[in-house]
Amino acid sequence: MSILVGESTRLIVQGITGREGLFHAMGCRDYGTDVVGGVTPGKGGSTVEGFPVWNSVERARRETGCNATLIFVPPPFAADAIMEAADAGVELIVCITEGIPVQDMVRVKAFLRGRNSRLLGPNCPGLITPDQAKVGIMPGHIHEAGNVGVISRSGTLTYEAVWQLTNEGLGQTTCVGIGGDPVNGTSFIDVLELFAGDEATEAVVLIGEIGGTAEEEAAAWIGEHLDVPVVGFIAGATAPPGRRMGHAGAIVAGGKGTAAEKKAALRDAGVLVVDSPAEMGARVSEALGR
Amino acid sequence: MKIHEFQAKGILRRFGAAVPQGKVIDDAAQAARICEDFGGRCVVKAQIHAGGRGKGGGVKVASNPDEAARLADEILGMQLVTHQTGPDGQEVRQVLIEEALEIDQELYLGVTLDRAAERPLLMASRSGGMDIEEVAQSDPDAILRELIDPLLGVLPFQCRRIASGLGFEGGTARQIQSIVASVVAAYLETDASLVEINPLMVDSKGDVYALDAKMNFDDNALFRQRDVVELRDVHEENPLEVEASEHGISYIKLDGSIGCMVNGAGLAMATMDIIKLYGAEPANFLDVGGSASQEAVASAFRIILSDPAVEAVLINIFGGIARTDRIARGVVAAIDELAADGTPVGVPVVVRLEGTNVEEGREVLERADFDFLVADGMASAAESAVEALRTRVAES
Repeated sequence: MSILVGESTRLIVQGITGREGLFHAMGCRDYGTDVVGGVTPGKGGSTVEGFPVWNSVERARRETGCNATLIFVPPPFAADAIMEAADAGVELIVCITEGIPVQDMVRVKAFLRGRNSRLLGPNCPGLITPDQAKVGIMPGHIHEAGNVGVISRSGTLTYEAVWQLTNEGLGQTTCVGIGGDPVNGTSFIDVLELFAGDEATEAVVLIGEIGGTAEEEAAAWIGEHLDVPVVGFIAGATAPPGRRMGHAGAIVAGGKGTAAEKKAALRDAGVLVVDSPAEMGARVSEALGR
Repeated sequence: MKIHEFQAKGILRRFGAAVPQGKVIDDAAQAARICEDFGGRCVVKAQIHAGGRGKGGGVKVASNPDEAARLADEILGMQLVTHQTGPDGQEVRQVLIEEALEIDQELYLGVTLDRAAERPLLMASRSGGMDIEEVAQSDPDAILRELIDPLLGVLPFQCRRIASGLGFEGGTARQIQSIVASVVAAYLETDASLVEINPLMVDSKGDVYALDAKMNFDDNALFRQRDVVELRDVHEENPLEVEASEHGISYIKLDGSIGCMVNGAGLAMATMDIIKLYGAEPANFLDVGGSASQEAVASAFRIILSDPAVEAVLINIFGGIARTDRIARGVVAAIDELAADGTPVGVPVVVRLEGTNVEEGREVLERADFDFLVADGMASAAESAVEALRTRVAES
């Protein structure tokens, strides 16, 4: 079992004729994902590397029955790309683009209300269900199918956690990067709910970072609803306040959003919080009695 | 991106907000005449990006033109130290000379993003002049809040609710409604991340002015805010951070002695954290970007090493799509390049590589002329960086 993506995923790539879009469309296909084509306005009717290209998501959906889209459209046009995909009714929208203006995302979130699409990201690595479907930019080979769910606001730090798990002999159900922006589509809680409903997921690794209150909200939810062990890490304990640490969302502002507060909230909810990012995998092993 | 008070007031004026008359100067000789134009009394305000200027001695009232000239001379060129500048302070290069108004009441007005609600949030309070975070802590009910619909902007009834909530009626209430609308419009249309008027002032006649103004902007939206980009003052920024941003590197200088080079923001923060866990302090946050190209690695090295406090470097790269052997070659080439430029790397360099083609990557490092300390895993990387630092400090 898995969440969000799997054998039935039929993926298109928006921005498929761009360098990044094409590279990762091929990467996803090589991994075994069913990539059914892509969209670049103005380039409809052509083919790149065997992928048919359409002018609009609506058309691509009509022709292919795609149920997921992966977006590599540049920041000024990315919000429009997300809304176009939602308008076409694509069930899962994964936006990799980094650098989308916050107010664009505020408008996107307002647009998505009442529609049936789920947005993951932006500014995220995407998600992967090992051996079934990779919908993102992560290196597929570090993953292994198994029973641990991974959810994170970061990219390479997620790879780090996955790699530790794989080295511990612990495979993953699905690994989900929710992204490092202050306003994003899918929250920790959304993903935790899905993991809670997935019988195969026996433990969860949750990787947060400074800024905002998403981890605190996740902690409250975990305390009330989640029965499987959760191992948590929060990046940015050493970050100075008032400075944006790379990710637009990673900033301690007005004394809020510190690593210490987040760790305390998670511990209160029974999460097994590690202070060292090198101990994420080992702590999961321990929690599962392996 | 941050701007100066006088620039923020310029923007707010354009959106219809009342601000005091003022002129910005970099030559104290002009202060007396401007003060005279304002009726012989004025306020001299240091223009630096950091807050807390008043407490640091950067804002003074002059009761005559001569005093204005003397104060302007005193403040221009000073290293102004506030709780936001760090111990060295920030050089004052410009002062704002403003008409002195009779303050009857000081209020607070601000707009920022409410991350949980995913909408802009308007905040107002009768406790003007105070730090809003303190008010939020000590008396949260004293803050009036209105969530702004991103598609509609602030609505007239919300402006009325703020004005009456602050305790005003009649002409003053109408002026507050108007300035609330201006502030929200300015926030939305300039892609601001923060607009703060603290204090918002009511004078003895009941007229309302933005006495101070602060605006920060969303860096991601600068591509469509040309007018805002014009206002950038690089003197207010750390020169190393400016150079880094020109190379697409995200760098923040910190106070420790282990320089860090990492790909990805989350992993970069985690690397800083683990250095601290092993008993040392990181000298910086540095994200070389997802691909960690040779060019980016070379620039990152230069930037890290131009901080004289750096005694050891820890490179932590998780090669995802980018192959680690290629990254290793980039690291070696960067070190060779620096040596060829006459600025060889003279501190121990610990490298932790993981991911695609890691064996070949480590081989590249071992074959190199430079003596890398190759580590396996984050914990041992941090441990050997801290050890290398201690050995070096003990030897010197």
